[in-house]
Amino acid sequence: MKKAASFLTKDNFKNMALQMAVLGVIFYGCHGLLTNTQANLEARNIASGFGFLSLESGMPISNSLLPYTPADTYGYAFFMGIINTVFVSVIGIILSTVLGVTIGVARVSSNWLVSKLAEIYVEVLRNIPLLLTLFFTYTIVLAALPVPRKSLTPLAGIFLNNRGIYLPRPVFEPGMIAVMIALLVGIIGAMVILGMAKRIHDNTGRVIPGASLGLVVVVGLPLAVFFMAGAPVTMEHAVLKGFNFRGGLVIRPEFSALMMGIILYTAAFIGENVRSGIQSVDPGQINASKALGLSQGLIMRRIVLPQALRVIIPATTNDYASLVKNSSLAVAIGYPDMVSVGGTIIGQNDQAIEIIAMWMGVYMTINLLISFVMNWLNSRVQLIGR
Amino acid sequence: MYLKKIVVFLCVSFLALGSTGLASTLEDVKARGVLNCGISEGVPGFSIPDSSGRWVGFDVDMARAVAAAVLKDGEKIKFVSLASKQKIVAVSSGQVDLTSRTTTWTLKRDAKQGVDFTTIVFYDGQGFMIPKSMGVTSAKDLDGASVCVTAGTTSELNVADFARANNIKFEIVVFDGKKEALNAYASGRCDVFTTDISQLASLRSTLAKPQDHLILPEVLSKEPLSPLVRHGDNQWKDIVTWVINGLIAAEEHGITKANVLEIKATSKNPVVQRMLGKSGDTGSYLGLDKDWMVRAIQTVGNYGEIYQRHFGPDTRLNIPRGINNLWTKGGQHYALPIR
Repeated sequence: MKKAASFLTKDNFKNMALQMAVLGVIFYGCHGLLTNTQANLEARNIASGFGFLSLESGMPISNSLLPYTPADTYGYAFFMGIINTVFVSVIGIILSTVLGVTIGVARVSSNWLVSKLAEIYVEVLRNIPLLLTLFFTYTIVLAALPVPRKSLTPLAGIFLNNRGIYLPRPVFEPGMIAVMIALLVGIIGAMVILGMAKRIHDNTGRVIPGASLGLVVVVGLPLAVFFMAGAPVTMEHAVLKGFNFRGGLVIRPEFSALMMGIILYTAAFIGENVRSGIQSVDPGQINASKALGLSQGLIMRRIVLPQALRVIIPATTNDYASLVKNSSLAVAIGYPDMVSVGGTIIGQNDQAIEIIAMWMGVYMTINLLISFVMNWLNSRVQLIGR
Repeated sequence: MYLKKIVVFLCVSFLALGSTGLASTLEDVKARGVLNCGISEGVPGFSIPDSSGRWVGFDVDMARAVAAAVLKDGEKIKFVSLASKQKIVAVSSGQVDLTSRTTTWTLKRDAKQGVDFTTIVFYDGQGFMIPKSMGVTSAKDLDGASVCVTAGTTSELNVADFARANNIKFEIVVFDGKKEALNAYASGRCDVFTTDISQLASLRSTLAKPQDHLILPEVLSKEPLSPLVRHGDNQWKDIVTWVINGLIAAEEHGITKANVLEIKATSKNPVVQRMLGKSGDTGSYLGLDKDWMVRAIQTVGNYGEIYQRHFGPDTRLNIPRGINNLWTKGGQHYALPIR
């Protein structure tokens, strides 16, 4: 048996010394890199530092979620890019999860046609580079839609053309505050109902449809207040004026194409995660629960999903991180994400190092947040020893 | 032991890091035997690969003249295709020795971005191209239009300035590459495509139906185009500047690709004799030999010949010389004295 006290054996010391030396070399290297870069930048008369962020940008950004004009600063312009990147990531993660779960479930379906179609989908989408998929979706979006003067109007007030999808924009009037309060009350009420339903179920075994009741409260209460207040919302419609539509809510084709590409691509990977997760559950368990007379939905919710998630979540965390990083391909089809905006700032300022550091910082922050949330989720579904 | 290998590898890589690489570009180019030149992504007339993959164009010939003067061979040149937003970093970082790619000379780029401009090779201005079917004749009638533009260009900023100055609104869609921006315009995503007027003429010739597109008369901005070199290497900057200046001087003196050797042998004009190395030693001031200018002219011809070859009436582009003519013919090109 080894003695615990023998910390400074000969071997141990050698290893420690070596590790220290490696660390020292790394630090020395980083220091050299920094000072060398600084010296080169000065020798070539290139400005450094983040001072440029407070200068007027003069650059245009279409597709900004907050009000932005070229008179704003570089820093604010970059912030618009961050918001666009986050926006694309969040919507992409939600929708690709929905589509991915559908595909994954379809993959294991006993219906031959459904499972084959899902398989073809997965094999096509995950084997084509995302950049090509994006060029494809963008070309399709532009080619399929008419010019503004010949817009499609699937519903009154909605216009579809190659400049975007124009929807009526809701303009809220003061009465809306009451509706918001009603919604808040509804949500709290639903939570109380759900808690009561669980308690009754735990105590008496009676099943109360708490979810349906809660939904009625969440939707019904605000709706009632909305109509009592005399529908305090007016719709601002888009109108064709000159070359384009003005007003309304617009979804640009660059955004639509980017979302389509990213969601279709990521869903193929998530679908495979879901499939492997479902297939990892022992079929004997499902047969057993069928024999016990559990309903199909209950088997899915109580038996399959909790076990499948243990396989699905870690793999999907990676796909979410890839989705965020892949959103940088937006630059190829003219969507002003953080990389596109930052690229322009580099072009105007040549302060590439600063911008690249900012890019890395933002991507790292987003992805660390995602993996934090996913790890928390993962720890919730892991097997808990009893 | 693998750790040892890692340590050795790290030491070697950091030693390599220690060198700062700010040596003379002329020495580097001579030692390398090849001139690295940044070039556009493909703009007909300025620089585009021909059917055999060889780069041709106005900007290409300017670079070949430099290669001929420095390396005695206009073919000893490697072209690196650069997107607009890469061009300045490529020069300041030393990836290329010079760029010859429709870059506008501005104060900020010259003073603050680690590059130096050499001499103006083309006087350009920014314009708008629209489909004729729009029925618009002035840029000021374009309120509300969608505009496609390339990222990292002066065009991108000028169009935003133009909208602010004239109090009109554009939806400006920014693309990473010129081709993507032009494709988006061609597919109807934008009402307007904007870049320098000469490039509009050039890119219009690549569209399916060039006659259906109109270049509006307004000139939004001045776009003096100049090759770029790294900031701080004055000798190299002088070489590029004076080779191009020499091509303009050659046109003034009627020295062409065909007659340069004959003129060198027979000319009694002391100015021409100095320029072609018959008397004096202008090349040595630049660190070159006596025949630097002779070789440049032999390779690509004088400025006028280059212009005619790529933009003249016999080409598809047919851009009138206008202010790009010699000063003696009502233009802006005014060669500095070589002595």
